Amino acid sequence: MTLILDYSALGIATGGLYALIALGIIVIFRASHTFNFAMGEMMTLSAYLFYTIAVTYSFGIVAGLIASAIGSVIVALLIERAVLRPMVGQPFIAIVMVTFGVGSVIRGVMSLIWGPMDRQVPALLARDPVMLGEIFIPGKSARAFAIAVVIVISLILYLRYSRAGIALRATAADQMTAYSMGIDVRRVIQFAWIIAALAGSISGIMVANVNSLTPHMGLIVLNILSVIILGGLNSIGGCLIAGLIIGWLEAMTGLFLGGEFREITPYILVLLVLLVRPNGLFGTKEVERI
Amino acid sequence: MLNVDEIELNFGGVKALNGVSIHAETGKITSIIGPNGAGKTSLFNVISGFYRPSVGKVTLDDEDISNLPPPNRAYRGMSRTFQNIALFRGMTVLDNIKLGAHTQLKAGVLTAGFRTSAARREEAELSSDIQREIVEFLGLRHVQHHSVEDLPYGLQKRVELARGLVTRPKILMLDEPVAGMHSEEKRDMGELIVEAKRKWGTTILLIEHDMSMVMGLSDKIIVLSFGKPIAEGTPEEISRNPAVIEAYLGETELEGTAA
Repeated sequence: MTLILDYSALGIATGGLYALIALGIIVIFRASHTFNFAMGEMMTLSAYLFYTIAVTYSFGIVAGLIASAIGSVIVALLIERAVLRPMVGQPFIAIVMVTFGVGSVIRGVMSLIWGPMDRQVPALLARDPVMLGEIFIPGKSARAFAIAVVIVISLILYLRYSRAGIALRATAADQMTAYSMGIDVRRVIQFAWIIAALAGSISGIMVANVNSLTPHMGLIVLNILSVIILGGLNSIGGCLIAGLIIGWLEAMTGLFLGGEFREITPYILVLLVLLVRPNGLFGTKEVERI
Repeated sequence: MLNVDEIELNFGGVKALNGVSIHAETGKITSIIGPNGAGKTSLFNVISGFYRPSVGKVTLDDEDISNLPPPNRAYRGMSRTFQNIALFRGMTVLDNIKLGAHTQLKAGVLTAGFRTSAARREEAELSSDIQREIVEFLGLRHVQHHSVEDLPYGLQKRVELARGLVTRPKILMLDEPVAGMHSEEKRDMGELIVEAKRKWGTTILLIEHDMSMVMGLSDKIIVLSFGKPIAEGTPEEISRNPAVIEAYLGETELEGTAA
């Protein structure tokens, strides 16, 4: 029994990180109806930027965090400006493939610069385990979870109540009308990319902390896909709950069925949910227009 | 006020607009009528900046705005409604109307995120103004906290008008504001439009198929046919114009059955 609880806690802790990554993808989807498959690589790159500044050049952790945040935002804005904006008006699938391409290019460049080996990023998160009564949660995962959830919730609130968030929702609901009412849709899309870059920067560094840093770390986005579909592609709040569910489900699968099933069960759940709710748990029909 | 000069707009080989000029006089209702496909909505899209004409220019208060994108035109006092209901689904009536006032808040999209006290005050003032003037005026008080998609069609159209009016635009473009309404709703809507014009001196450009409404409301009517202006004048002049009767009024029977 304690084993189940331990695993559950660990799974939910991972789920918090999933939610943060998913949020980066959803916010861009809402602003521009673009599915950003390069999110995983943006995340990984952020972690490398952190590593390079904090470890290679030993400027310390704070400098690393700041450099990573600024660097990620610059890269995200470059991708948006140079690659995605010229694609406006192209079919959805073409745009998605382009983000895939951007991801591959970033992955290749990272392999060239930093090589294929594992890097240990400095321990940002304390290791000592957190005990919730009898339940044992590995220290890094517990702290990563707490940070991720705080950030996700504050972003959700920010996007719900700030004018920037309202402009984002208006853009998501109807780009043309928003545009005609003086909402600068291009700025809103840039804003979404900035949010995504920051979410990626934080989650990238934390994933690198919990696991280790390799150019392929970004493949974690394949797990995130099920989170996004489950929560509903356009639901910012949905990603948090879906993230926790998927994280937990993966842990349970790992415990009872073995690690090789971990990747499969989330998708079985997604399939079952989609049969009942075609737009995901919290999504709305708007997605169907793509 | 608003001047549109010699607009030519092409879609591939098709001339959607060919030498269209209109002048909207301050505080007057100028209607644009014409059979389906005459280019009325295309003209609105040129005026609001969604389409760039190949020839011609648009000036607002003597400023050439031909090269400005739609948001900048909104900031200069342009506002419009759409042929199909284009409300922000999933938001309340009040939020929809507030978004219409987006251009009135000085704090930019990014800075407003930090909710400075000035930005908050600005927003509070705006809210009470919306309550007092717009929501009351359009009779939307009882539904202001409802989600827009739950409202009946006629009320949704009215919310769109509210959202268009909330900035007290210099020029308001209405694209078929009473399409699909029953006669009582049409009459109410017509009264609201005239009342808005009277109350705020709003200059209005109107596209409408309902001839009795157009004839009753308009100070001036412009008739388009196949992208070309064929007549311009007061409602009386237009109803007597033989070219109009041939090109447009002859088709009202068809229009009537289609709508």
